[in-house]
Amino acid sequence: MAEEDSTTPDGVEAGIAELSFEQALSELEGIVQRLERGEAGLDESIALYERGAALKRHCEAKLRDAELRIEKIELGADGEVKLKEADTP
Amino acid sequence: MAGSYEGRMTDPLPNVHEYSVSELAFALKRSVEDRFGHVRVRGELSGVKIAASGHLYAGLKDEGAVLDVVCWRGQLARMGFRPEDGLEVIATGRLTTYPARSKYQLVIERLEPAGVGALMALLDERRKKLAAEGLFAQERKRPLPFLPDIVAVVTSPTGAVIRDILHRLAERFPRRVLLWPVLVQGEGAAEQVAAAVRGLNELSQAGRLPRPDVIIVARGGGSIEDLWPFNEEAVVRAVAESRIPVISAVGHETDTTLIDHAADRRAPTPTAAAEMAVPVRGELIARLRDLDARLDGAMARLVMRLGDRLKAAAAHLARPRDLLLVPRQRLDELGERLPRALIAGTREKRLRLTRAAAGLVPSRLRQHWRYERRGLDEAAHRLSKALARTLEERRQRLESATRLLESLSYKAVLARGFAVIRRPDGTVVARAERLSYGERVRAEFFDGWRPMRVEADERVSQSSPATPSPNPRAGKSRRAGGEGGGQGRLF
Repeated sequence: MAEEDSTTPDGVEAGIAELSFEQALSELEGIVQRLERGEAGLDESIALYERGAALKRHCEAKLRDAELRIEKIELGADGEVKLKEADTP
Repeated sequence: MAGSYEGRMTDPLPNVHEYSVSELAFALKRSVEDRFGHVRVRGELSGVKIAASGHLYAGLKDEGAVLDVVCWRGQLARMGFRPEDGLEVIATGRLTTYPARSKYQLVIERLEPAGVGALMALLDERRKKLAAEGLFAQERKRPLPFLPDIVAVVTSPTGAVIRDILHRLAERFPRRVLLWPVLVQGEGAAEQVAAAVRGLNELSQAGRLPRPDVIIVARGGGSIEDLWPFNEEAVVRAVAESRIPVISAVGHETDTTLIDHAADRRAPTPTAAAEMAVPVRGELIARLRDLDARLDGAMARLVMRLGDRLKAAAAHLARPRDLLLVPRQRLDELGERLPRALIAGTREKRLRLTRAAAGLVPSRLRQHWRYERRGLDEAAHRLSKALARTLEERRQRLESATRLLESLSYKAVLARGFAVIRRPDGTVVARAERLSYGERVRAEFFDGWRPMRVEADERVSQSSPATPSPNPRAGKSRRAGGEGGGQGRLF
């Protein structure tokens, strides 16, 4: 399995897009620790490294998306919920 | 005294005004309303009922009396808390009567709990009831998301609270914020807060409106009455049922409302709620950078370590000559031993040959030959004797056979006067028909032979069929022999 993963970037990056920032970060921490302990073989290490790099990119993307945007909810007469852009009060 | 008593009982008193019931009732009403147009009365609420019209009807009682009270809808809406049974209150209002029913009541203009103690007692009782239902149970608490994409804030759209929250969010980690504006005190506040929490839970992620990852319900500090909506059961239930984690930040740190028990986290201030909701972006970036550096470092060290090991292994692998050293030595050693081995082997064989040759002497052979010879001589002697015996026997058998043969020979027949006809080549002619005319033959007799010629025979040429077909078989020569005349004519 790990070998198959290491051969294709798809395998290495599998499921990362669905990870929350925290999940990606803690997996990245785990990978760093494993690599630092030096327990994994070369092939597995390369796969781990690639996955770590992908996790890092994912985390960075999550961190990059940092914009304060305020929307105010308005209730219509029929109870319908609408969104309206609002300025910072 | 007695007479006057008597007189009152029996005599009409014409100087006393006679009212109609209505007159009296309305006079009474005026009197009561004038006299008690503005009173404050303290008592315990009982039998609280809010009619469909929105008006409140209740009793206000103490140990000795009960007073009917009514609060019109408009007044009720302005109250900071919802009146309920058992609550000790101070009601301010005016007394009025209800002439049709001979009743009087207090119309409440203002109602306040009779001191904080009363409200706290009520709060405590409600807290116990809701806790018994399990709404505050620790296992109901959901963890807050580490990094929410959308933060919903349920609070007043104006004022310091929302400003503090947005400010702190911007500082730590700017996010998308959904502000659900609500009244945060007074009549209707509880309903709006509860509706906001429910409404946010109903927002679908796939739909047009984004579903928030965390909800902050916030309000600034105030009196216990001001904060009362956040003690309302509707709010507590909505927060407890929320599938989205809720942070409550109502009042100051020392104020505790029931929503704090139901929320997943309680923040002492609105600013603290924002801090709970999002992590600090700068710290995360630093942590990520650190992890990235460690990732690269670990990989580089791994490659270096493996490279070193490879080099070390390669160094050991270096000299193929070393690999051949041992076999080469053995080969050399064997190469040296080989000729010596040959010499030694030959010498050994020669030794054996010499030993064997020593045993190979002619005297021994001769001795053997002599022995064999004796046997041969004996055999030869026996053989010649046997041969002589056999020869004699055969000779006697030959003689007797010869005698027998002679007795059977045709010559003996010739001696009795017969002859044999032969062709010049010696073959016997046994049948007359085999002889052509003019052919030369020889007739053999007992004592020799004579040449002869076959002549034409008229008897044969005129041949009478009466004669059985001339059978020239062997019988002819016998017949010829038998009929001398026939044969004679042949010549």
